Parts: sequence; structure tokens; C-alpha cells
Amino acid sequence: MKTLIKNAKVVRAGTGRSRKEDILIEAGKIIDIATAINPEGIDKIIDAAGKIVLPMLIDMHVHLREPGREDKEEIKTGTRAALAGGIGSVLAMPNTEPAIDSRETVKYLKRKIKQEAFVDVFLSAAITKGRKGKELGDIERLAKEGIKAITDDGDSVDNSQLMLEALKQAKKNNITVICHSEDKTLSKRGVLNLGFSSTCLGLRGIPKSAEFMRVARDIKLAKKADAKIHIAHVSCKESIEIIAKAKKKGVQVTAETAPHYFSLSEKDLWSFDTNKKINPPLRNQEDILAIKQALADGVIDVIASDHAPHTENEKDIEFQRAEFGTIGLETELSVAFTELIKKKFLSWQSLLDKFITNPAEILEIKKKSIKVGADADLIIFNPDKEWVVSKENFYSKSKNSCFLGRKLQGKIEKVFHKGKQF
Amino acid sequence: MSKKRKEAINWYKKDLLGLGDLKKEEIEILLQTAASFKEVTTRQIKKVPALRGKTIVNLFYEPSTRTRVSFEVAAKRLSADVINIAAEYSSVRKNETLNDTGRNIEALKADIIVVRHNAAGAAAMLSRHLNIGVVNAGDGWHEHPTQALLDLFTLVEKRGKIEGLTVTIVGDIAHSRVARSNIWGLTKLGAKVIVCAPAMLIPAEIEKMGVSVTSNIDKALSQSDAVNVLRMQFERDENTAFPQKLDYFKNYGITQERIEKTNKNIIVMHPGPINRGIEISSEVADGPNSVILDQVTNGIAVRMAVLYLVSGARKR
Repeated sequence: MKTLIKNAKVVRAGTGRSRKEDILIEAGKIIDIATAINPEGIDKIIDAAGKIVLPMLIDMHVHLREPGREDKEEIKTGTRAALAGGIGSVLAMPNTEPAIDSRETVKYLKRKIKQEAFVDVFLSAAITKGRKGKELGDIERLAKEGIKAITDDGDSVDNSQLMLEALKQAKKNNITVICHSEDKTLSKRGVLNLGFSSTCLGLRGIPKSAEFMRVARDIKLAKKADAKIHIAHVSCKESIEIIAKAKKKGVQVTAETAPHYFSLSEKDLWSFDTNKKINPPLRNQEDILAIKQALADGVIDVIASDHAPHTENEKDIEFQRAEFGTIGLETELSVAFTELIKKKFLSWQSLLDKFITNPAEILEIKKKSIKVGADADLIIFNPDKEWVVSKENFYSKSKNSCFLGRKLQGKIEKVFHKGKQF
Repeated sequence: MSKKRKEAINWYKKDLLGLGDLKKEEIEILLQTAASFKEVTTRQIKKVPALRGKTIVNLFYEPSTRTRVSFEVAAKRLSADVINIAAEYSSVRKNETLNDTGRNIEALKADIIVVRHNAAGAAAMLSRHLNIGVVNAGDGWHEHPTQALLDLFTLVEKRGKIEGLTVTIVGDIAHSRVARSNIWGLTKLGAKVIVCAPAMLIPAEIEKMGVSVTSNIDKALSQSDAVNVLRMQFERDENTAFPQKLDYFKNYGITQERIEKTNKNIIVMHPGPINRGIEISSEVADGPNSVILDQVTNGIAVRMAVLYLVSGARKR
């Protein structure tokens, strides 16, 4: 069976050209790309005029919650959500129960991924045993099992000596350390950004310094160890300034932000909406602008969702008791299109650098691309479609999206993956 | 009463969650309605049939005497049936969530829940889940709208209007829902507000609420028509979040000496309970400038107005 996608504007990451092309697919492979392919003898023709065809994206910050918290998400549901969001590869975070810190758990997960995952799942492992911040994990052994990064995500490694050791080990084994940069002695018990909103709402605030002071420490340690670090979920201007400086000095640091940090602010919390309770917290207009600018300037390399599913029982309660986090796999492309492309901070090509080229390089994983002979793993995106985010349409097991009710521009119309159309 | 009925026609909110999300006009309607109920409370027979057949549930998760009794008296004067639930004796002890408790009260066909809770946003959360009215009787550090309304009402009673007044709020601003509701109400009605406290009790960016900040109580008093004295809420935070008691009284305590030195005509308010010798001296609390007991009396009229208006809220 042959499928022909006609008249699509095909966008490729990096220096790739984007132009109007036809794409011919057979048995899950792209068998031809040309300006005009003869439709004779083809079983199925999709007219994609006015649409954009993209390779499937990478999301390097996803909580699939297995093992242990299958009530929030499973490999099956999380990767199905990824597929719906046009994400072809995810990096699963290790803050599971138990944490991903042993060969046994990695092996168990690999088997499960093989059986159940809809998209490619890569694993990260904890830096410290049990993510307790006390004792270094067996990084060498885990690296041999094929994990792509180490992180204690959800917590920072408070002990600087231990963090330095971890960075050295990571360098030796050629993997990246992903930093959840937070000084909990400063953010302690806070539930939203410290400032006007925390004051008006009468809730404990988290100062920006809880993030940027730890970013500064992590960068200094990475420099000392001459290791690669990746700063996860950057939320504020001050962190960006520190990262920009370090990059100029040649420190091997990359940075990531999430769609909610360039689209929502602390003002959006005035309804006490716990779906917008996120860590690090939503900040202010000036931070939103700084993040957009940093994406444009290349200071921030990656957009990832920090997909953090939680059950309704953990979210639909008093604000100060609710869990931190939002799901994001199924909305990230549309939010990025609405906020970054429509508002002219990024071109399609540079957006794909954030979603494909850079994460692939950081994790040293294969990226999906649109070329003859490659798997037909691609997205058909309708830039003119407006839609409102609603619970009913999510594939994720949890529905805690900070974008519920928000109108977005541009919607994924179809996803082709491993020979199937979704 | 006929004037009041006409105003009620323009009331659309089934909940009273805070003064932060009320318009100036809405606050004025509440105060005017309270004025007509104040008249009722001076009659020989203090009861009106306005809410006969309605059920009001006071759901209190924090200890309270003044506010709970005031709501109960207000509801009874309106002829409503009142049920009091104190969390420590209820199924909350069996880990029932606030939402579930609320849904059950709704299923029991209550008409209004008056809720006090130690979590900011608790009343807002209940209002999202319930179709019946929700009145916030204090949620964490967030808001205590009926307290601020009775403070405003008392000020209007003593000084004619709010516009043009300068009011100092002194004390534990950081942990005070009374401060936040007062700031919204006073600034919306055109008063100038000064907040006065040691730096550790001033929350971040509070100037953006439209107030000025000082740590000089004498200067603040000399500029003010009224001072609202807050209690140090030691139960709400760690010890390190507060100044030493004796230091505080020395530097910020409202004493007769301070009042005589600065502004002899100043109105002294306090939301209660009073900690004599910590934030206010007995001499001032019981003296001629104090309107503390008037506030308590006015609380009934204000809460009658609130219950009356929200129970008659119209759909837009």
C-alpha cells in the first residue's frame, strides 16, 4: 500500500530546506520525495496543501511514572500521548518508585518499553542511589546499559562534593548530567513565585534565587569537572544571564525550558488553579520575554514539556497541598507555534533545532528526518486550525494540563509513525 | 427594606470569596445593604423573615469565636436555619477532603456554606465545585472579606465616607488575611493605605497593591485617620518569622502615649482577638479612640447583608 502526501510544505531541522514537496510512503518508509509525484497507481492520497509536514519531535523531559506510579501514567499511555503530540522520542525521568538507579530496573523497563511503547523511549537514571542525594549511583554500569543521561530530577544534589563526583563520572562515561537546579533551603515550602501574586494570594513564595543560585553552582562544578551539563526547566531571566555568560566562556552547558514558561505567568494563578502549580513556578512577563529571547538567541537550546502527570486526587485539592507539575506532551507543539512562531521569535527551522537537533545532540540519539529511505515518522500540522485545550481529548492518563481552556493556534492533524497513521 | 430589595436586584454573585475580585460598586452595595440591616438590629424585634426556609452551614476548620458566632447570629436574625460544623468533631478527622465535605453539605440541601479554612484558596476551590453559595470566613493568609467589610462599615459610620481617609494597618501583614482584604476594600473605595511593620512582616511587592510601606509607626499614625491593629499570628509560622514580643511592643505597640503624641482623634480598630501588651495596650483597647466593640456589633449587620445578597444572587 502506497500513501502519497501531496502539496505539503516540508520543514527540516537545522540547515534543511523547506519547500513544497510530495512525499511517497510505502511500508512505513519514505520511498520518494519530489516536487510532483505522479499519483497514478497510488492507494491513498492526502492533500496537504496549506499544511506543514515535520519530522517527529524529541521531548527530553518526560515523567512516564513507571515503575511505581502507574496510577498517574504508564509507558503505554504516556507514549500514546507523545504520539498524539507529534513526539517520536522521549527521555523518561528516573524519579519513579523505586527510582531508576539499578540495572534491574533499567532491564525491566527496557523489556516493558519494547512491548508497550508507542514511540522511542530513552532512559535516564538517578545520579544518587534512590535519588536521596547521599551516595553516588553506579553510573558506569548504568551507562553500559544504555541510559542517556543522569539526573535526580525533582531534587538537586545538594552536596556539592557529590555533584562534582557525579560530573566526573558522567564525563568518563560520556553522558550528560541533567540538573534540576533548586536550592530547597531557599524555596522551602513555597508554592508559587515569590512576588506580587504570592503576596495577594497569601501563599508562600519561591524566590528566583532558589533556581539561579543553584544554576550558578552547577555550572561552576561542571566547569571544574570539564563535564557536560544540561540545565532543565529554566524559568527566569537571572538563570538565563548566568547560562549565557558560561556559554561565552566555553563551559559545556546546554539549557532547556518548557512551554509554560514562555506562555503563562504567576498572574494566571489568581484563580488558585492547581494545574498551574508547577516547579519551578510560573514567573513574570519579563521572564517570559527573556525566555523567548534566549530561545531566539540560542542561549536556551531545548524545548521539552516536563510532562508531569498527577491524579485528580493529588491536584484537585487545596493549593498548598496539591502536587507540582503539568502534563504537556499533547500541547507543546501548538503552544510553541502560537507563542514562538506566530509571534516571530523563531522560524520553523529554528524551532525544530529546539525540538530535534539540539536534544538529539545532547543525548546522542538518532533524530527522525524526512528523507528517502528513512522511516516515515512525520507530522502533518495545520497552522490555520484554532482549538481549545480540553480534558476529553487527552491520551495521557492524567489530565492536569496548565493549558486547559486555553485557545491555541495550529493543530496536529495526522501523525505517521512506524508505518501507521494516527 | 424596599431600597435594599432594589439593590439586591443588581447582585449577581452567589459567592463572596474576597474583596480582591469585587468592584467598587459591589462593595458599596454590600455596605448600603448592611446599613439597612443595622437599623433592623436596633429594633425591639431584631428578626426579619428574609431567609426563612434557607439553611446555612458554618463549616469551620480553624478555631473561631467571634466570626462563627457573628455569622450564626446574622443568619438567625434573617430567620435562616443554621448548622455549625467544627472540623475537629466531623468526618474531616476521617480524612474526608474539603471538596467531598462540601458536596455532601450541598447534597443535604443547604443553601450557603460559610467556610473558614487554613488553606488560602479553600473557599475559591469549594465555589468551583458547588452550585450553592460559598462565603469565605477566612482562608489562610489570603482574605477575610466580611472582616474588611465590617471595618469599612465602621469607618463609614464614624467618618461619613472612606474616600479621602488615610488608614494605617500595623502589625503582622505577612500572615494576615484581614490586612489583604482591608487593602483591597480601602483602596477601591479611595482611601490611602499605609502598612507599617518590621521588614520581616512585610510581604514581597506589597506596594503593587497600591499601599505605601513604612516601619515608622509614629509617622504613620500622625498621617492617619484610623489605625487597624493586627494580632501577631504566631500560630501561622515558625518563630523565626516574627520579631521578639517585647521589642515589637516597644517599637510598634499602640499605646496611649503614641496616640497622644501623634493624633488624638485617630480611630483605633482591631479584628480580635486582642493580645494586650503585645500589639496594643489595654489603655488604648478600652479607651475612647477604640471602636473595637462597635466593629463586633457591626459585624452582624455586615454578615446579614452578605448572606442576604448571595442567597438572592441572580443569574446573568
